[in-house]
Amino acid sequence: MGHVATSIDGMELVYERPRTLTDTPMHYCPGCGHGVVHRLLMEVVQEMGIQEKTVGVAPVGCSVFAYNYMDIDMQEAAHGRASAVATGIKRILPDRFVFSYQGDGDLAAIGTAETIHTVNRGENILVVFINNAIYGMTGGQMAPTTLLGMVTSTTPLGRDAAVMGFPLKMTELVAQLPGAYYVTRQSVHTATAVRKLKKAIRNSLEYQKRNKGTCFIEVVSNCPSGWKMTPKESNDWLEKNMFPLYPPGDLKVPRD
Amino acid sequence: MIAHDNEPRLMKGNEALAEAALRAGLQAYFGYPITPQSEVLEYLAAEGAGRGCIVLQAESELAAINMIFGASGAGARVMTSSSSPGISLMQEGLSYMASAQLPCLVVNVNRGGPGLGTIQPAQGDYFQATKGGGHGDYHLIVLAPSTVQEMADMVFEGFRLAESYRNPAMILADGALGQMMEKVILPKQGSLPIVPRPWATTGKPPTRERNIITSLFIQPEKMEQVNLILQEKYRRLQGEAQFEVLETDDAEILLVAYGLSARICQKAIELARVKGIKTGLLRPKTLYPFPSTALAERAETVEAILTVEMNAGQMVEDVKLAVNGRRPVQFFGRMGGMIPSPEEVLNQIEALAQGVALEAERS
Ligand SMILES: Cc1ncc(C[n+]2csc(CCOP(=O)(O)OP(=O)(O)O)c2C)c(N)n1
Repeated sequence: MGHVATSIDGMELVYERPRTLTDTPMHYCPGCGHGVVHRLLMEVVQEMGIQEKTVGVAPVGCSVFAYNYMDIDMQEAAHGRASAVATGIKRILPDRFVFSYQGDGDLAAIGTAETIHTVNRGENILVVFINNAIYGMTGGQMAPTTLLGMVTSTTPLGRDAAVMGFPLKMTELVAQLPGAYYVTRQSVHTATAVRKLKKAIRNSLEYQKRNKGTCFIEVVSNCPSGWKMTPKESNDWLEKNMFPLYPPGDLKVPRD
Repeated sequence: MIAHDNEPRLMKGNEALAEAALRAGLQAYFGYPITPQSEVLEYLAAEGAGRGCIVLQAESELAAINMIFGASGAGARVMTSSSSPGISLMQEGLSYMASAQLPCLVVNVNRGGPGLGTIQPAQGDYFQATKGGGHGDYHLIVLAPSTVQEMADMVFEGFRLAESYRNPAMILADGALGQMMEKVILPKQGSLPIVPRPWATTGKPPTRERNIITSLFIQPEKMEQVNLILQEKYRRLQGEAQFEVLETDDAEILLVAYGLSARICQKAIELARVKGIKTGLLRPKTLYPFPSTALAERAETVEAILTVEMNAGQMVEDVKLAVNGRRPVQFFGRMGGMIPSPEEVLNQIEALAQGVALEAERS
């Protein structure tokens, strides 16, 4: 760290690690969306100059080690409880920027009650919701967001609505709540999508300053290992199969 | 030493506890209603905001304990309260807090169980409170009040212990102590110092490494180290064991009881002494750490021991471990929200005294 080169062997340096990310190789599978979202969050924290004022909550799931990579104060919550933990932090430290970062199992299955009530109270936090339609960490079991017909290790014949119910559209649900201030669905499968997500993160943290309520960002994400695809295949599959049910775009935008 | 008011007040146990918490500098309370402790939440909801305390009714005890986790990790003096079924829901969170070494005060106004049970007072949660309760090798620090006065005083003691040992502490009361009105001289505001928390997640300044609060130590070598730290802490805690003795100097029969049971035993001792049976009481004020040494010493000077509880016999196991076969240890209890009467306890004392006399004749 310290001195940062601006050119190497005559080539211009156009891309570097933000200071808010630690110099640690990530454990994520090749092509996984988690690493990109981590980076975007930390880029925004650096650009806003709020590293000293940001506290994150890591979930149980693949990103359980998020605190190894983000160079900010963080707490690791029990499975599903990230938004309750974030509530506790934000109530004590109302002038800090607080976010929770949660998978679909964490946020939309075991933690559904906490999610709904956190947003319904309009807690002034950012909830980042990584929807990869699967339980990545535990080896590819069905998630509440798993698509109908989708094969996972616990739906070997594909998800059958008669047995397993329907994919849960948590973001649509949350957008109904008066406590939600900004609700959007983004992705990180293309460069354009990455830029849009970054903007959404930036907006959310700017809104948090104004104490207007909960900002909620769903990131439709891939899971190459869990889906048993190459990274490229998984991104193509995501666009073709996830977007029809989980279309990207804003669900609730601030009026003021 | 904690300074107290000059004048007593007449208060419900739950309210005295809530008022004491505010005077102890409580910064945040998260809870969920359940009988017989809802007065704690209600009192704080009315009083807290004006006195610098954040009070939030959570959507469940699960959420409440995890809000406590976050707020404690953010550096605040925090408390939650519930009764037995709600305390069961908090066990996962308490295990995480013990592992992450986060202080907090949890109040369990114990009611009869198992299951939804009854709202009547009970002591059936002794095992859950003292042996860990959640998963993994850990203990809560457990205080057992037996008067409304102690409902107030033990709040201060609970915070002191929790914060100096960085471990969750529990006040294990019961429905009767929560609901009864008694005279109480309240501890004075501001007499509890704040222990600095350099480990809190308040935002990372450039001058220090980031603070991480976690209970995840994926490498077993590291997890064992954390366990060793916890075990060392529990060893140090043994020095904090607290108890009270009553009429033990000449006692031949020693009663061991805590909380409401201890009050019933006091009456039974009076009745027994009228009948000429020299009976005394050892009352643990801390259930974890358990006053084993004090009990072992007293065991040497009596003929027999009777443990009285409002459960099927839980603390009696710790009594037996402490006495370690030196003297016979008997148990008497009522369950499911029933309270033993002093006369019932007296019957047990009389039977025990007869047995002791027979034994003496034989030898
Ligand atoms: C109480 C509890 N139940 C189950 C688990 C096991 N578990 C760990 S992660 C996980 C699912 C995570 O899936 P998701 O939230 O979608 O995140 P991802 O791993 O896909 O990023 C489960 C079930 C746990 N740690 N705690």
